[in-house]
Amino acid sequence: MGAFGSPAPKPESLRDAYGRTLVELGEADPTMVVLDADLSGSTRTSLFGKRFPDRFFNVGVMEPTMMTIAAGLALSGRTVFASTFAVFAAGQAYNQVRQAICYNQANVKIGATHGGLTVGPDGATHQIVEDIGLMRGLPRMTVVVPGDAPTTAAATRAIAETPGPAYLRMPRENLMTVTDGAFRLGRANELAPGSDLTIVAVGAMLAPALALSERLRESGIGARVLDFASVKPYDAPTLLRAARETGAILVLEEHTVLTGVGALVASATAESYPVPVRRVGVPDVFGESGEAWAVMERYGLGPERLAAEALDLLHVRGKIS
Amino acid sequence: MVDDAPGELVRSLERTAREIRRDVIRMLAEAGSGHPGGSLSMTDLITALVFHELRIDPAHPDEPNRDRLVLSKGHAAPALYAALAHRGYLPHDELFTLRRLGSRLQGHADRNKLPCIEASTGCLGQGIGMAVGMALDARLAGRPSRIYTIIGDGECQAGPTWEALMAGGHYRLSNLTVILDRNGLETDGPTESILGIEPVAEKFRAFRYHTVEIDGHRFPEILGALEAARRRTDGPTAIVAKTIKGKGVSFMENQHAWHGKAPSREEAERALAELPPLP
Ligand SMILES: Cc1ncc(C[n+]2csc(CCOP(=O)(O)OP(=O)(O)O)c2C)c(N)n1
Ligand SMILES: [Mg+2]
Repeated sequence: MGAFGSPAPKPESLRDAYGRTLVELGEADPTMVVLDADLSGSTRTSLFGKRFPDRFFNVGVMEPTMMTIAAGLALSGRTVFASTFAVFAAGQAYNQVRQAICYNQANVKIGATHGGLTVGPDGATHQIVEDIGLMRGLPRMTVVVPGDAPTTAAATRAIAETPGPAYLRMPRENLMTVTDGAFRLGRANELAPGSDLTIVAVGAMLAPALALSERLRESGIGARVLDFASVKPYDAPTLLRAARETGAILVLEEHTVLTGVGALVASATAESYPVPVRRVGVPDVFGESGEAWAVMERYGLGPERLAAEALDLLHVRGKIS
Repeated sequence: MVDDAPGELVRSLERTAREIRRDVIRMLAEAGSGHPGGSLSMTDLITALVFHELRIDPAHPDEPNRDRLVLSKGHAAPALYAALAHRGYLPHDELFTLRRLGSRLQGHADRNKLPCIEASTGCLGQGIGMAVGMALDARLAGRPSRIYTIIGDGECQAGPTWEALMAGGHYRLSNLTVILDRNGLETDGPTESILGIEPVAEKFRAFRYHTVEIDGHRFPEILGALEAARRRTDGPTAIVAKTIKGKGVSFMENQHAWHGKAPSREEAERALAELPPLP
């Protein structure tokens, strides 16, 4: 679906959508279990815990072992969701996720909240911008980075229905609702049409991508927006069609440019249909404390920088002079 | 031992701790986010360290023979910042830049930004290992430095905590003192209902630590335990300090809801009214 006909944009909590969907899934599947590591209020798994106290395990501050316990439950036949902040899920527990979950092909879904710079005031220790790269590098792992609450709910259902490991990355901040939640694994939805440029965006950069597309449209530039929430598997046909039809791709992500969606898009197009790809994300540095969107701006993800990158890319392509 | 500390010293530490608690409340209210509960529970511990026990000098922050403090429960940084400001490591006014863009006072302390932050922490379970490394270094280099680390009781659920403790015990690091802020609560509730750590003092003993249990809000007991640790030559010390999360603010005390939530301006006023400066 497009941005047209969407409900009026308003910021909503992706974490709430995740927590509420866990409760729905728990109603439908009486064997499903949920784990958390002392952050259940923040990750919203507390909603599941209140509804199904017997099927909820808050194991305390032990993320690596939470992942191995989750794997054990999954290897016994259950669908398991395990939640904590992204920095602890993907960072602290990486090798447990790699071995106990992915190598075992355990049916564990990792609901990782507080991904990216928009963690804000807690600072660099909590602002992981490497997790998408870490997780998409793991064989058998599904990776989803929803850009609004409806997509989060749909993605939570989709990974529950799809056997095998999955990583769902959510931000702390509420985000504008810009889709109707028509999410499918492996499909990139086109949220705005255009043939001069493609903007590929995930997570907190989805709404800014649409705003940028609007702004460019006022100058007569058609910027197609692709919601790349399904990072792995990703939608190669839609991406390559966009490369062919628009000739240039701008990637926006709240993640290091070294290993994120920009790196994925650049390598995927380079192999099949090379076009200029501009990766706009966090440069090779740690973040810092500050109000969420002020930190985003400081690290190059504010609206002015996005517009400048888009115009520069169009210039490179000779579409503007 | 417990009653040896001179009355004047104790009164002076109590006055300083009161100022630090006041600062913590104002800093968090100003920042709009942060962790009051665990900052207030360890305020007396950090005051005893920074104003009495540690051999440190703000005029020579890089002196190789200095003692070192690693705040393993890094989310309690506001109390550390306030103590360091009162000790002369940074201007007092700067405290109120906490968590703002561009501030040296990061949400979790960054050693590259401020003096006397010996290690950047914030991921639970790591500070204690870094303290073990520093204690090994001091012993290897024959330096008199003593290494102190403050850990949380929720942090005691984390495997790396016990791995590091095991190393400190195995290497018989007499220059290492581990202080547990045993406030009984973590983010989501009481440690003993989430994932119990008791009997924690016995665990430390089994890991080869001289272990004492004290009231973490009574300076004579804190000073006595630190002094005993300094005298040890045959292995590390663990101090299990029984504390109250949110200590000093009636509506925060023993409430896990105040683990990671800043007071509003109005709540801060009420808190400060309960914490008047001591004469
Ligand atoms: C490895 C890791 N997991 C999770 C967190 C998030 N977190 C910050 S404080 C905290 C609870 C800590 O409880 P405790 O150690 O008892 O601290 P205190 O009560 O002294 O504040 C959690 C889970 C973290 N900082 N590091
Ligand atoms: Mg505690």
